[in-house]
Order: sequence, then C-alpha cells, then structure tokens
Amino acid sequence: MRVRGLASPYLAWMSIFIILPLCAVVYYAFTDSVTGEFTLRNIVSIGNYWPILIKSIWLALVSSLICLILGYPVALAIARAKQSRQRFLILLVMLPMSMSFLLRTIAWVSLLEDTGIINNILGKFGISPLPLIRNNGAVVLGMVYNYLPYMILPVYTVLSHIDPSLIEAAKDLGCNRTQVFLKVILPLSVSGIISGVSMVFVPAVSTFYISKKLGGSGTTMIGDVIESQFKTAYNPNLGAAISLVLMVMVFICIGLMERFSGSEEREALM
Amino acid sequence: MSRALKIILIVVLFFLYLPIILLIAGSFNTGTDLAVFKEFTFSNYGALFRDRTLIPLLLNSLIVAVLSSVIATALGTAAALGIRSFGKRFRSAVMTVTNIPMTNPDIVTGVSLSLLFVLGGKLFDRSNVLGFTTLLLAHITFNLPYTILSVMPRVTNMDPSLREAAMDLGCTPVQAFFKVVIHEILPGIVSGLLIAFTMSLDDFVISYFVYGPSFATLPIEIYSYTKKPLPPKIYALFTLLFAMLLAVLIVMNIVSGRADKRPRRSNITQLVFRRKDVEKT
Amino acid sequence: MAKELIRLEDCVVRFDDEVILDSVNLKINDGEFLTLLGPSGCGKTTTLRIIGGFLEPTSGNVYFDGVRINHIPSHKRKINTIFQRYALFPHLNVFDNIAFGLRVAKVKEDEIDERVAEMLKLVSLRGFEERKITALSGGQQQRVAIARALINKPKVLLLDEPLGALDMRLRKDMQNELKRIQKQLGITFIYVTHDQEEALAMSDTVVVMDKGVIQQIGTPQDVYNEPKNAFVADFIGESNILDGVMLSDKLVLMFGRKFKCVDKGFAANEPVDVVIRPEDVDIVPADSRHLCGTVTGVTFKGLHYDIIVDFYGFKWLIQTTDYHEVGSYIGIDIHPEEIHIMKKSAYSGMFGDYSSYSEEYDEINDPSIVYGEDPGEEEYYES
Repeated sequence: MRVRGLASPYLAWMSIFIILPLCAVVYYAFTDSVTGEFTLRNIVSIGNYWPILIKSIWLALVSSLICLILGYPVALAIARAKQSRQRFLILLVMLPMSMSFLLRTIAWVSLLEDTGIINNILGKFGISPLPLIRNNGAVVLGMVYNYLPYMILPVYTVLSHIDPSLIEAAKDLGCNRTQVFLKVILPLSVSGIISGVSMVFVPAVSTFYISKKLGGSGTTMIGDVIESQFKTAYNPNLGAAISLVLMVMVFICIGLMERFSGSEEREALM
Repeated sequence: MSRALKIILIVVLFFLYLPIILLIAGSFNTGTDLAVFKEFTFSNYGALFRDRTLIPLLLNSLIVAVLSSVIATALGTAAALGIRSFGKRFRSAVMTVTNIPMTNPDIVTGVSLSLLFVLGGKLFDRSNVLGFTTLLLAHITFNLPYTILSVMPRVTNMDPSLREAAMDLGCTPVQAFFKVVIHEILPGIVSGLLIAFTMSLDDFVISYFVYGPSFATLPIEIYSYTKKPLPPKIYALFTLLFAMLLAVLIVMNIVSGRADKRPRRSNITQLVFRRKDVEKT
Repeated sequence: MAKELIRLEDCVVRFDDEVILDSVNLKINDGEFLTLLGPSGCGKTTTLRIIGGFLEPTSGNVYFDGVRINHIPSHKRKINTIFQRYALFPHLNVFDNIAFGLRVAKVKEDEIDERVAEMLKLVSLRGFEERKITALSGGQQQRVAIARALINKPKVLLLDEPLGALDMRLRKDMQNELKRIQKQLGITFIYVTHDQEEALAMSDTVVVMDKGVIQQIGTPQDVYNEPKNAFVADFIGESNILDGVMLSDKLVLMFGRKFKCVDKGFAANEPVDVVIRPEDVDIVPADSRHLCGTVTGVTFKGLHYDIIVDFYGFKWLIQTTDYHEVGSYIGIDIHPEEIHIMKKSAYSGMFGDYSSYSEEYDEINDPSIVYGEDPGEEEYYES
C-alpha cells in the first residue's frame, strides 16, 4: 500500500511531460495559426505533402527490408558464436550507436561525394565519378547504416533464447540444417523480426538529418517538412498537424505488428 | 558457424566501422576534407585542448547527461517499484504511456515537448521559455522509459520473499529496501543509468527542438556546422571519446570474462545488453 | 498448563471476489508444534501469512497473547519466518545473514558474535561464517535460514513448506532436526506442508484444511484414526471410503452385509461414510461368511503389495504382504475397531474409489477441461 506511493512522482511527470505535450500537438494541429480558432485547414493542407509522406514511408520500408536482409544473418552469426564471444560481438555491433550519429553520417558524405573516397578510388581505375550522393539511394544507405544495429539486437535476443532442445528435437525428427532453420528457427524468431522492423522503420520514416546530409533536392522527407515548420517557416500549427498524422500512422503500424507478435515473446525480449 | 555467416558478419562489422575509421583518420589529418589525407599531425589534438568553444559545449552535454540520467534513474526506479503494486489494468495503461517516448519518432517527441513549453510560456506570460531547464526536462522525459524498463525486470524477477524476510527480521519497509532490495535490482539501476547517460549525451533531434540559445549541447553545435567544413578538432574529440568507450568495452569484457569463471549471481551481459534491446512497442 | 498464544477468530480473506479463507477459527498454544496441512490452494499458506503479518484478513481478528494484532506489521511482531525458498540474502555471507535481525535491532557487535556462534553450533554449521550463500547446498541453506530466524529468540517460528526442495532422505533427517530444535528451545512452531506423512511425523497438532476451510483439528493419531469426513480420510494416508447405513449403535450395513464396529451416536438407519484403511483388511479364502470380490490389479511396492479388488463395481485398495493373483476371487475380514464411521458431508462420494489414484487421471479423456492460463496467485501476496 505504501509502495504504490513511490510511483506517484513518476505518474505526475508522465502526465505533464508525455500526455500533456501530445494534447498540445492536437491543440496546435486543429488551431489556425493566425486567428487561434479551431480549424481543419492544417490537416487538410497535409494533402500538399502527400507525395513526400509516401516517399518517406517507401524509403523507410526499403531500409527496413535491407536491414532485415543484412541484419538477420548477422544476428544468427552472433547467436551461433561461442557463448563468451557473443557478449563481445553484440557490444561491438552496438558501440557505433553510442558515438555521434551526426559525425558518422557526415563521414558518409566524404565517402560518397563526387570528390569523395569511393569515387577517388574508382577514378584510379579510370571510372568517372558515380552519382553516389544526393539521391534516394544515398538516403537509404544512410538509414541502413544508422539503424542496422536496431535490427540486429532484437533478432539476436530472440534467437539466443531459443531452447536448444527444440533444435535437437527437430533433428531427431529428421530435419537437415536448412529445414531446422526454415521450420523451427525462423518461425520462432518472427517476434524478433517484427520488433526489429519496427525499431528501424520508426526512426527511418521520421528522419530529417540523414536526408539533409545525404539527400538532394528531390529527396525531401516528411521529417524535413516538420523541421522546417518549426525552424525556418514558422508555422507550428502545420508542423503539429503533420506530426500528429505521423504519430498516428506510427501507432497504427506498431499496433498492427503487435497483433502478430505474442506478448510472451515480448516478455522474453525484456 | 558456417563460412557464409562469418563472412557476412565481418563485412557488416566493417561497414559499421568504416565511417568511424574515417573520422579517426581525419583527426590526424592536417587538411579538413575527410576524403583527402594530406599530412599526419597531432595538431588537431593540440587545437582541441586549447579550444574555447567545443569544450564548454561538451561540458554542457555532460552536465545535461549526468543530471538527466541520475534524476531519470531515481524517478524510474521508484516508479518501477511502485508500478508493480498496481492492479493489472492500471499497470498496463501506465506502461503503455511509458512506452510512448520510445515508440514515438524522436521528432514527434521533440515537437510535442517544444509545443508544451511554448504553450506554457504563453500561459505564464514568459517569452524565451526555451533554455537549460526545458532541455533538462526533455532529457529526463526521454530517459525515463529506459530506466523504468531497465529496472522493472529486476523488480519482477526478484524473489518477493527476500523483502518479506528482511521485514520479518525487523526491518521497516524503508530499511528493507536499502538493505536488501536495492542489492537485487542494482544491475538494472546501473544499466538504466548507463543507457540514459549515453542516450542523453548523443541526443540531437529532441534537443534541437527544446534548446535555447543560452545553452546548447555539442550535437546541436555540430549540426550547425553544415554550412562550413568541420574543424578537424571535432574529429579529435570524436576519436578521444571513441577510444574511451572502446577501453570501457574491453575492460568490461575482461571483467565479465573473469566473472564467468566464478559462480556469480548478477549478470554483466544484462548491464550493457539492456542498452538498446528494450522493446519499442 | 497449555497457554493460548495465538488465536484466529473468524478470519476471512477475500481477493477479487474469490474467497481464499472462509471463517477460520484457530487456537495455537505456547510451545506447540502445530501443522497446517492440506493440498495446494487450501489456504494454509494464507493462514500462515496472516499470523506472520504479511497479510491482513479481510475480516476477523488475530490475537497474540491476548492482544489484537491485525494492524501490526510483520517487522514489529515477535514472530520469525522460514520461507519456502529460504530467502537468504545473496549479497551477504552466512554470518551476515544470520546476524541480520540482530543488526537491525542494533545489538552490540560482541553480543552478535557470541549469539551467531551459538546458532551455528545449534544448526551444525560451525566454520561456515565466511561462506557465500550461493556456495551452500540446499540442506545447508535450510539451516542458515533456521539460524537466521531463531537467533532473534522469537516466540513463534513460522515455517512455510521449508523441506520441499530437499531430497527424501535429507528431508527425513531435517524433520527430526526441526523437531529436536523445537523441543530444545520450547518455541511454538507453526508449520505448513502438503505432505501428510511429514505432518503426522512432526506435529503435536494437525490442522487439515481444504478450500479455505478447516476440516479437522487434532493430534496426528486422531486425524489418522478418526477422520471427520471423506476429505480428511482420503488426504491422510490411503482410505477406502464406502457408503453405509448405521442400523444401530456399533452396527453398520455395507454391501448388504452387517458389520460390527465400535462407533455410536448416530441416528438409526442414518446414511454414513465408512472408512477402512487398506492395511487393516485381511484377505481370507472366499466363502459365504465374508464379503467377496475379484482381484483386478496387483502392484509390488516392496513393503507390501497394493491389491485392487472389485466389490460390486466399487474398487478397494488392500495392502498386504501376501501375493494374490489377478482374477482370483477372495474374501475379506475386518476387525470392528478398524471400521471407522463418519457423518456424510459435502465430500461424500468424491473419494475412496480406487479406479484411479488421482483426479487428473480421471480427467485425462475429458476435452471440456482446459488447462493453461493460471490466474496469478501472487497477486494477493502483496501486503
């Protein structure tokens, strides 16, 4: 009974700094920037940015897929490594995440530029500079680079928790290595995959820094639009409206994914 | 482990560390272009130590990181302990709201907090409401889910009879917490603290929306350098931080390697493992 | 002579519409070894926790030495507990664990040294002071738990199924150990177990519980020889429980035959439950003077044979050292003292037929019974 009181500071904090800000977003989204009256104009004008929104979703999906294709084998490799090595390998994978992502993204500029390292090397072979930057591909590359560990970690967690006797049972019942993977390991790792995909998709769809650095004029993403509403063209109402739509979209996606993942697996991930 | 998997692992690790290698090389470069290595030099490190702009900003980042992680850990630990005793429905409602800053894109969290502060400013009739306080408040807010989710499993998995045994032997509930419970959940508290600190130190997006001109952090400053080429001393700073982190990683690996030999209760894997494996649902 | 130390008066524990304890009345005397016995979920641990102060009854009173203690929290009661999984503090060694309660009470360090040494001698763990808890065997952890509790000189010691995790032989040794310590220190022990053999071996008084209700209180002999209803008869040892009719005092009718018995005080022609222990049945050659049946199963148990005999569709368990072949037709002989009569109760008809030993086996082919999601029992353990 007294223990409950411990959580009250947090409950207060939560209400003020999580719930209230969301209400603020809703308020601004439905308020006219000039008159302060209730209006749907902000939401409606999102229609202007529809192509950008679609592109953001598309690029984020592509990045998630690539992260899955690259990340799953890596997670599998680590899960199969020697027990003592695993911890070290995972930390190695996570280490870049704790270093300034701004700087690491800037480094990619130097790699991909026309005068950048890759093109310099290609130049030595007499190949004229390839347009590796300021396009969708570069943005996807940047997103994959930054968010790959977010895919590896949950998949690894789930894989490492698979009861080894399940694999033995499958072999006992006649499965070869590929079948064991397809029939046992892969199905059991689905919750990790879903988790990983959502952990990549959410930051990818909302990024603005990556598209600013590695993208060109044609690669504006919805994050850029929101950012500009608050920093350059000061229209917080429109910005709030777009944020609201983005947030709702993300919640729907997560909600859908949660449906397909059992809650017991989520407990295992903790 | 099959050959193919091993190769993919090495390739991906190389991919992950390539930019880092580049930045480290850039710290020893006399030129400012990362793509062109002019001459080897330590001068950038010298410039870093004499620097007047970057170091104060780093200090700012550190202050915010330390304060916000400590406060978030304290609040979060208390919350984790208290939430356990709620009824099922209220508990899951609270946990859903707790997850929001994690599930939400950073930009939405940043925008929502900034709007709250602006509205608050209008309410209390203050302009220029954004500053150190708003920055700190925002950092604590996005750290809280991680600290709570770090401590909660420890609290849940702890044998409840340990606390009862302490009280059975005469401890008041407060004494029982400090003499017994805290030892059991300590790994969760520590890992929560570390995660919060790291996230806070490197945060850019959320800080970008809630900072004020009077108090900026290092990532914000780095962002503002988009117009001009970056001064190489930044690469020097990066390299130093990286070296420190790497050292910590190696030390921890050795320590836990030794700990594996002895039967130990707490699990160092969880310590840094928890860092990003918290589920974003 | 026997002074009442603890009293539970009409204690009810309700949680979320579920009645865990239904009006429990219990008196515990000073110096007594009392066991709460019953299947899991019967409320025995709940009762223990009420006495220990970890749980407040929804209604009803708890008295300690005549004083009402409902609201007194556990850390203020002169009662100590031995927990099911020992709850030894992993971050402290053996010495510090045992000294814990004394340190909280701010006893001087010299005195602590003395008393810990005394305790270690009592539980035969001298020399283990510096040991880490994780480096102890189950039996050793058990003894540290005992020392840690007893060093505080409590008036009452609560033991929550403490021997469950030990292997059988060690368990028997520990039973004797605990009994010896209890006699030596003269402390009241309140013991919880689901193992009826354990309860019979150790206790002065046995309290049999089921579904939150006390079924019977008595000495081990009482509870074994004179069970009050079919539940108690079935839970303690093996019993054949049959329908009978009391024709008059000391005469009961079963399977159409009259049997002499030693119980009286029932109404004429009152339907009753008849309890006959498997070891009390003698097998004799089949003839018209005796009740006869067919052997349907024989299992060799070492000490004796378990023989299942079918009498008019009702299966008995008979334990005897003689072998009888499956299919043989045999007669049985029972002495009057070994026929025990009980009043009919809600439990009548539920037990006593040896078609199977367990309920679960009976349910094996029933698809309407679904196992799985267990509503968390731990919910109501928060205090």
